[in-house]
Amino acid sequence: MNTHHQEPVHRHTIAILVDNESGVLARVVGLFSGRGYNIESLTVAEVDAREQLSRITIVTSGTKMIIEQIKAQLRRLVPVHKVSDLTTDGPSVSRELALVKVAGTGEKRVESLRIADIFRARAVDSTNESFVFEIVGATEKLDAFINLMEPLGLVDVSRTGVAAIARGPNPI
Amino acid sequence: MAQEVLSGAEIVLKALVDQGVEVVFGYPGGAVLPLYDELFKQNKLRHILVRHEQAALHAAEGYARSTGKVGCVLVTSGPGATNAVTGLLDAQYDSVPLVCLCGQVPTHLIGNDAFQEADITGITRPCTKHNYLVKEIGNLSKVMHEAFYVARTGRPGPVVVDLPKDVLTAKGEYTGPAKVKHKSYKPQVKGDIKAIEEAAKLMAAAKKPIFYIGGGVVNSGVGASQLLTQLVHTTGFPCTQTLMGLGAFPGSDPLSLGMLGMHGTYEANMSMHDCDLMIAVGVRFDDRVTGRVNAFSPNSKKIHIDIEPSSINKNVMVDLPIVGDVAHVLEDLVKVWKSKQYRADEKALKGWWSQIEQWRSIDCLRYAQDNKVIKPQYAIQRLYELTKGMDTYVTTEVGQHQMWAAQFFKFEKPMHWMTSGGLGTMGYGLPSAMGVQLAHPDSLVIDISGDSSVQMNIQELGTLSQYGLPVKVFILNNGYMGMVRQWQELMHGGRYSQSYFELQPDFVKLAEAYGAVGMRVDTVGELDGVIQEMIKIRKPVIVDCRVAPGENCFPMIPAGAAHNEMLLGPADEAEQPDSEDGMVLV
Repeated sequence: MNTHHQEPVHRHTIAILVDNESGVLARVVGLFSGRGYNIESLTVAEVDAREQLSRITIVTSGTKMIIEQIKAQLRRLVPVHKVSDLTTDGPSVSRELALVKVAGTGEKRVESLRIADIFRARAVDSTNESFVFEIVGATEKLDAFINLMEPLGLVDVSRTGVAAIARGPNPI
Repeated sequence: MAQEVLSGAEIVLKALVDQGVEVVFGYPGGAVLPLYDELFKQNKLRHILVRHEQAALHAAEGYARSTGKVGCVLVTSGPGATNAVTGLLDAQYDSVPLVCLCGQVPTHLIGNDAFQEADITGITRPCTKHNYLVKEIGNLSKVMHEAFYVARTGRPGPVVVDLPKDVLTAKGEYTGPAKVKHKSYKPQVKGDIKAIEEAAKLMAAAKKPIFYIGGGVVNSGVGASQLLTQLVHTTGFPCTQTLMGLGAFPGSDPLSLGMLGMHGTYEANMSMHDCDLMIAVGVRFDDRVTGRVNAFSPNSKKIHIDIEPSSINKNVMVDLPIVGDVAHVLEDLVKVWKSKQYRADEKALKGWWSQIEQWRSIDCLRYAQDNKVIKPQYAIQRLYELTKGMDTYVTTEVGQHQMWAAQFFKFEKPMHWMTSGGLGTMGYGLPSAMGVQLAHPDSLVIDISGDSSVQMNIQELGTLSQYGLPVKVFILNNGYMGMVRQWQELMHGGRYSQSYFELQPDFVKLAEAYGAVGMRVDTVGELDGVIQEMIKIRKPVIVDCRVAPGENCFPMIPAGAAHNEMLLGPADEAEQPDSEDGMVLV
């Protein structure tokens, strides 16, 4: 029945400008769960206090038809001002931040610090048996760093999800 | 000018009056008592007391769909509001403009699991066009006016306004509806003129064109139907209608191919399959229409006119999308067609029509009526013939009777046919007819019903009698949930699991118990007489029309099949193997 199966699936980063009102995040997230769309990461915060606007950045994946449908469905929500597909609407920058906790002693502890240095991660907390590293970068860089920390005593990870913005002078 | 200081309840009612509301369908309860108290003190708004909140929603839908106005509902918190949910989703699917006011516990109790509390904005988020929880009296007027604006503009839909009791009793200022200008919600009304010019060009070049029209034409207003009819006549193209689009083009017009889709006509579906240009207007390529999507009209270019961008390329990729209000786009399309002096390809069209006439000659709606047991198709045909020329409004429930009504009752005008299309809500027809009759007190309003569906909101007979609404409930009684039985016969080896009621009420006595008139008809010979008598009675009437119990609704595109794989009748049905693929589809 479903003809989308053979179509290639791509990852898209979508920025949504919404009224910062009660329930708006539930509307957006409910749309994704209700219609069976993917959310790989989600970031949200107020970006304009005067106009009371929040920006939601969602990383999702789907076929071309599904991605178009996601954008159309988002635009249908009454408190949504703008929807921009940063993956297709020109070049963009995206960053994610992670706090990565590594516990251990001895050689592993030293090795984790060496790798953190290579990745330009900063230690923001330290005890005799642990570090918390702060790392900023593209999702793939964070994934690689976390993978390398795994055998060195990785115990906890907190990630912000992707924040993304178009390159050049124009707003969303 | 100093603003008037009013209570929240007064503000709500003033906003309703200013929005042109005349009738409110509702049911009181603790959280909305301040509103009912205000209703008691005024005489501008008429309140219709239903027997169940779901019926209030369907009644408001019937009212809205037969008038083009926004339907208005008032229910209490908790169970009152949750009973409204089915009706809200029904209106969402079928794009019916409604404003549903729900009571809510006082703001300080929200989230406290208070008596009759429900998170109704949470519950109704996916089944409304938008919803509001008013937490401050200062926002109340603005939200009320905005709710009506959102409900009726763009693709219409239901809007919920959740009203905590303390907001209804608080004092605040009222502001009029003058200028609702929404910050983010701005539906596109005018179509892109370049795309419209391209559409006209494609139409002039088409050899095997077809208009595929739907509920969006009805929703766009009477003008849209007139423009469409004009365009179809000018071009001479065939025109098929969806279930929701019946009446948007005259059903008896020779250019009409009738309904398409799962129980559509052979000629409509074959033409859709073989066409080279499809002009889709106010439709959403619903699965009941398309059949198997990868076999849907494989060789056509597709133009799609719709006000809802998310309807475009959702199920079927189209070649030329035009986002805009149907009436506006058609007006421009007619203008372009004339100013560029386009002509349809007469010669090609002649060949196309002769092919269509061949399909038509199969007479796919034929059935055999003997002189004893009434065939359901015959009952509807007689109902149609005997009410022709009257300003007749028809509502239906959901199932076989609904499809037979769609096939055999021809609608010449829009807004005369009210049925639950998208959601398929059994129990829709009786309360919907109630709303239609209120809006059109002197017209003939018939709920074509089935014996199972009608029992889902039968309590509304009380409302009909109380308000003297002479709705005619015409039950095609076959003793079964007919459509469930049909699918069990065709796809589940005739195992009639739970689709038969061993006990049915005596519908005649039931009517009488509610102060309505009950009639029963068993034979072909009595049928016309009973229908004629039913029409004459100025009271609500139930006709218990006993029909052939095992009759199936044909033609039929089985779930998962293509337009050119229709079952035409019992002979085809015998060849249909039980298919595991078919069983999992709905």
